Amino acid sequence: MSIDTETARRVAKLARIAVPDENLPKLAEDLSGILDFMEQLNEVDVDGVEPMTSVTPMRLKRREDVVTDGDQQPAVLANAPDAREGFFAVPKVVE
Amino acid sequence: MSELTKLTIADARDKLAAKEITAVELTQSCLDAIEAADALGAFVHKTPEVALDQAKAADARIASGTAAPMTGIPLGIKDLFCTKGVNSQAASAILDGFKPEYESTITQQLFDAGAVMLGKLNMDEFAMGSSNETSTYGNAVNPWRRGNDDTALTPGGSSGGSASAVSADLCLGATGTDTGGSIRQPAAFTGIVGLKPTYGRCSRWGVVAFASSLDQAGPMVKSVRDAAIMGAAMMGHDPKDSTSADLPVPDFEAMLTGDIKGKVIGIPKEYRMDGMPDEIETLWADGAAMLKDAGAELRDISLPHTKYALPAYYVIAPAEASSNLARYDGVRFGHRAKLSQGDGINEMYEKTRAEGFGPEVQRRVMIGTYVLSAGFYDAYYNRARKVRALIKKDFEDVFASGVDAILTPATPSAAFGLGEMADADPVQMYLNDVFTVTVNLAGLPGISVPTGVDRQGLPLGLQLIGQPWEEGDLLNTAYALENAAGFMEKPQRWW
Repeated sequence: MSIDTETARRVAKLARIAVPDENLPKLAEDLSGILDFMEQLNEVDVDGVEPMTSVTPMRLKRREDVVTDGDQQPAVLANAPDAREGFFAVPKVVE
Repeated sequence: MSELTKLTIADARDKLAAKEITAVELTQSCLDAIEAADALGAFVHKTPEVALDQAKAADARIASGTAAPMTGIPLGIKDLFCTKGVNSQAASAILDGFKPEYESTITQQLFDAGAVMLGKLNMDEFAMGSSNETSTYGNAVNPWRRGNDDTALTPGGSSGGSASAVSADLCLGATGTDTGGSIRQPAAFTGIVGLKPTYGRCSRWGVVAFASSLDQAGPMVKSVRDAAIMGAAMMGHDPKDSTSADLPVPDFEAMLTGDIKGKVIGIPKEYRMDGMPDEIETLWADGAAMLKDAGAELRDISLPHTKYALPAYYVIAPAEASSNLARYDGVRFGHRAKLSQGDGINEMYEKTRAEGFGPEVQRRVMIGTYVLSAGFYDAYYNRARKVRALIKKDFEDVFASGVDAILTPATPSAAFGLGEMADADPVQMYLNDVFTVTVNLAGLPGISVPTGVDRQGLPLGLQLIGQPWEEGDLLNTAYALENAAGFMEKPQRWW
């Protein structure tokens, strides 16, 4: 499976990582190399095999659906690049 | 340089208990050693005030007769662990300046046991790498060199700073994390012991996530006994991690008898790789002979899907990483790119992530995005998860047939030079994990034990793989191997 520069551009967009045009061919080449390596998986007979969902089979624990924590606004915002009036601030989202 | 920093955790514990030394003396010796070792690039955030405060508290606790085994033991903490009020950046520029408001469960447990934090340790960015060369802090350097050659070598990765610090006697032990071999490979490259526990043994809460179904923390230390002591202090059930196992943690140290008579040790034929250096082959055969001499029975075994472990891993780990790393968006913590006039929220995400993530992290996030995208999910991600199920079954079959542990090389080579892989394609670097990655895919415990040196005087390690939750038995087998190998070499100090 080889990835062309258009696919690389699309993947970068989906991953929300800005990649300058001049870097796309190299990115496409790198990703193609890795995907070629993964092609080996097609040699394996996986008929009837369930995809693994949990490496150590265990029942997920349950707890009461109650509030256990809260009132941490200053701590939650402490590391924000831009926090104003108790909120995270971001560029305009809706025109 | 003080000899105190060379102590094992077990010896330091005994000397502290006997009042031969104090935690403050021991901690100060480590802090002095760290100050003199900047050339190793191991400690990236030093916390001497925290350390001395904790050491004073430890001395008081020892005096009051309520000490735990880790009380007063100075440790380095991998930068992947969130430590309250102390920079925790996963060696990434995207977490520049991040100081958590909370403490990871593992560091909290270690501090509750009285351990001392000397500082934070270098690593590959987001634990993605096998040479510590992807770190935003620059390289960590291996204290070992090839004879008199002064080429700087990698300490391995991703827990490269942890390995370098323990090997160079800057601390008595360090925390590491292991997603595909990131404890065991660096331990082997630096002549120390590294334990990756069973998936679910150590809480992942507060440990920056890379691939959540594979990540597991563990101790990196100078002896198998220390792995038993520090490992037990790190493990245990945590309600804050839904995959944390609600099982008691046994007294591993008490299980170190060195008696492995009648134990069955599997030697998997698939780990005999084409082009494997003779020295690794010999090391492995010697290790097997040592276990046999100690009374174990050797058995040739087959793990037929071994070959597919690396490609499956390099689908699953990036897929999980692309999801986990979606949180680094420039909104809640860490770096946000400077925006141009008219930039909206998408430009903010894209520029922030392009500036904050290094090339290897970007590559893996994009691979993960691709294998999870519509049209490829079944072909890559689901297929890889099916292959993973088969890899796990390989191990289950072998254990069900009566095998107690499996012996393999830890790495396909000794430590290589920093920069030597710069021109190789990414897959070449991934091959470092060829012997370790199966263990993460199957969720098993694995330990790397130094057992010899190569022609150039560099340490080499063997890996033992155990049954789920049987760390005690695994540690005892490793203890027998350690005793038989009698590895005593230390790096010559040049830093």
